Amino acid sequence: MGSTQLPTPRINGTGQHIPEGMESGDPATGMVQLLGPDGTLGTDPVFSDYAKRLEPEQLRGFYADMAKIRRFDQEATALQRQGELALWVPLTGQEAAQIGSGRASQPQDYIFPTYREHGVALTRNVDLSELLKLFRGISNGGWDPKENNFHLYTLVLAAQTLHSVGYAMGIQRDQKLADSAESNEPKAAVISYFGDGASSEGDVHESMVFAASYNAPVVFFCQNNHWAISVPTEVQTKIPLFNRAKGYGFPGIRVDGNDVIAVHAVTEWALEHAREGRGPVLIEAHTYRVGAHTTADDPTKYRLSAEENEWRSKDPLDRLEKYLRAEGLADDAFFEQVKQDGDELAAYVRSTALALQAPDIHDAFAGVYAEAHPLVAEEQAWFREYESGFESEEEAGH
Amino acid sequence: MTVKKFNLPDVGEGLTEAEIVSWKVKPGDSVAINDVICEIETAKSLVELPSPYAGTVSELLVAEGITVEVGTPIIGISDGAAEAAGGAPAPAAPAAVEPSAPETPMYGKLSQDTTDAGTSDSGPAGGPLVGSGPKADAVRRRPRRTAPSAAAPSAPAPAPVQAAPAPAAAPAPVRPTPSAAASAQPAPAAAAENGAQAAAGLGGTLGATVSGIVSRVLAKPPVRKIARDLGIDLADVTATGARGEVTREDLVSYQAQRDAELDQADSFWGASRKPQEQRVERIPVKGVRKATAKAMVDSAFTAPHVSIFVDVDASRTMEFVKRLKASRDFEGIKVSPLLILAKAVIWAAARNPSVNASWVEDADGKGGAEIQVKHFMNLGIAAATPRGLMVPNIKDAQDLSLKELALALNELATTARAGKTQPAQMQGGTLTITNIGALGIDTGTPIINPGEVAIVAFGTIKQKPWVLDGEVIPRWITTLGGSFDHRVVDGDLSARFMADVAAILEEPALLLD
Repeated sequence: MGSTQLPTPRINGTGQHIPEGMESGDPATGMVQLLGPDGTLGTDPVFSDYAKRLEPEQLRGFYADMAKIRRFDQEATALQRQGELALWVPLTGQEAAQIGSGRASQPQDYIFPTYREHGVALTRNVDLSELLKLFRGISNGGWDPKENNFHLYTLVLAAQTLHSVGYAMGIQRDQKLADSAESNEPKAAVISYFGDGASSEGDVHESMVFAASYNAPVVFFCQNNHWAISVPTEVQTKIPLFNRAKGYGFPGIRVDGNDVIAVHAVTEWALEHAREGRGPVLIEAHTYRVGAHTTADDPTKYRLSAEENEWRSKDPLDRLEKYLRAEGLADDAFFEQVKQDGDELAAYVRSTALALQAPDIHDAFAGVYAEAHPLVAEEQAWFREYESGFESEEEAGH
Repeated sequence: MTVKKFNLPDVGEGLTEAEIVSWKVKPGDSVAINDVICEIETAKSLVELPSPYAGTVSELLVAEGITVEVGTPIIGISDGAAEAAGGAPAPAAPAAVEPSAPETPMYGKLSQDTTDAGTSDSGPAGGPLVGSGPKADAVRRRPRRTAPSAAAPSAPAPAPVQAAPAPAAAPAPVRPTPSAAASAQPAPAAAAENGAQAAAGLGGTLGATVSGIVSRVLAKPPVRKIARDLGIDLADVTATGARGEVTREDLVSYQAQRDAELDQADSFWGASRKPQEQRVERIPVKGVRKATAKAMVDSAFTAPHVSIFVDVDASRTMEFVKRLKASRDFEGIKVSPLLILAKAVIWAAARNPSVNASWVEDADGKGGAEIQVKHFMNLGIAAATPRGLMVPNIKDAQDLSLKELALALNELATTARAGKTQPAQMQGGTLTITNIGALGIDTGTPIINPGEVAIVAFGTIKQKPWVLDGEVIPRWITTLGGSFDHRVVDGDLSARFMADVAAILEEPALLLD
């Protein structure tokens, strides 16, 4: 039961699990796109079906989420510039890739973000002000990952890809036990986020090898935002990144990462694929980091504004707004409301962030073991004793 | 009405200072949270700062073009006007929502966002998280409670008793830092604190001594190799490493600066087709340039200068320098002919004291002038620095051994090149050497440093044909130039002084005299 089982020596042809017409998308670019920059909805042999399932309410929700997270991003950047955060990692430009994929996940799925997935955090109902704890330097995490199945940010590039495959393999084993007990638990999968820069790390290779070998229920979601700090994608790879999946023997799909409908469709398909035990999928979301890598970076030093402008014309929010308006699915009142909600969120995040308290040292003892442990309890008691041996700040007269 | 000060934040990771490039607001302007108030330039980038407060700008505390340290208050914003304008601050409700249209937010170009006025009130009392720079991270030790209270819980359990000294002693063996050493003593609070201070003081002087002894330019082998490949003398590079070593980045930026200077040469005449007024570049005279100009004019027009020259066969000096470099005693110390010249000047000044003097007008208060002969040598060395010409001097150079003088010269040069020369180091000079030879110049007529009466110019040393015993042979030849204040130093005296200096360069062994 507890022993590690090697996967059955089944030879999987690369395309075996890929649905009919997997060569979907624009043949010229090999990229799935449904909603073009001009706001018109195109078709795709496979993924149009997924898009058709979306209710107008969901589409409006996508827009609201994207606008909210962009407003949040601006507020956090301002907080950093005001000296309230040590650092901020802006996401602007990548809203569709994050909201689309996050909204395709289900509560039982488990998400491993990098450090830029603020949009995904929003879709997982994480209180956004908690994201700021890490960047304000008062916590190594900030939220309880188990609460929303949204893992803590990982600052070590690509390390989370290994964690996520391990987690997926755990799900796989739990599933086997559950199956034998004929449980009604919904099946779960894992999404592992990483970027074009991290794709060059050995960890990504190792995690894909293991994911493929064990047919782990994991979706590798690569946001190719074209810049690994100052290194362009062309330096990271000679071929589009999604092609790498072929080498590992699982499907790879490239999707227009600024098209929230296509991202949602592709991710939904990939998660179904994984949950049904058909193994991992690599999604490359073709997007762009419009801002800086972090607030400590100055992109004007390594790229041209012409490039930024070109991408701004592909803005994920603009195209969905055009579509919603053209289809009569949303009016001025809706967009005004979204704007107000964004400002409200920004005000909430600002006041909450400024009021954040440094954590208690005793919190550190809370996360050592899952359950109460006598040694930890003893050490905590000792520490409390030791602490009380010092004068308090007031007494010391500082 | 209260005025809130906004301290310059660290907008990158670990920046220590920034220049205020331009202000976007002026006193009296009302600002909302996140309105851009100014643009700053850091070592990393140009960045716009959004206002953390809503209210009226009461004062700008730093002028444009000024570089200030992180943590310096740069603007005062009073919240009075905000209350007056908006009435009672609307609590929580997004009443004050104004069309802020968050278009694509750009790096460093935040759009003018307005959040409701209520937020400024709900901010915490404390200052910003970052914005007080590295100093904010300094470890503060809370004093231990006095012995009784610490020992009080000496209940039956043995744990607390053992516990008290344990945590303090534990870090000592692993981390021999001064503070850890101090905390290792389970002494009362006051004693521990004194100990920490004493240890810190000791650490400071120790560090200085070490850096004084190891005056060879520090750099890791790969950095040395790059420097060699690029033909850069490491001594010319400003070192920023944690232990004063030249880092790879230092080399890169030095090279970039060198390249930039060379690149500019190509475009220098490029403006010739432009209108006349654009063909003249205007550089404001300020700072060191201004001070230098004033000093030179004062000197040249108050002291009648006499300049004389002498060619010297410095071959033996070159041999001497070579031997010193190879000697164990001078291992790791930079030795150059300048060292011998400095020693020669000190030696020659003792034989011709009038060159080490000052002309003081109206010394007695009745209009009578005075010549003050100095029985000490504060030897000035003219140095080109990032901030311009500086003439720091080596105090009481007459008391220094050859080795001590070498160390002093190195330190003076390093400090000057790093632009860290202190005003005190430039005061009280009695005689100056200008080492124009380092730039490949044969000789010149230097202008006397104000307050002194003599200056020696050390020309380049190169092999030239030289007649010795009737035969022409290659020898290492240099030219010494000297300028003297004729009010104090007459022709014969200046000639004898220069001949003495020359004699030492020709035969350094005379120093043993």
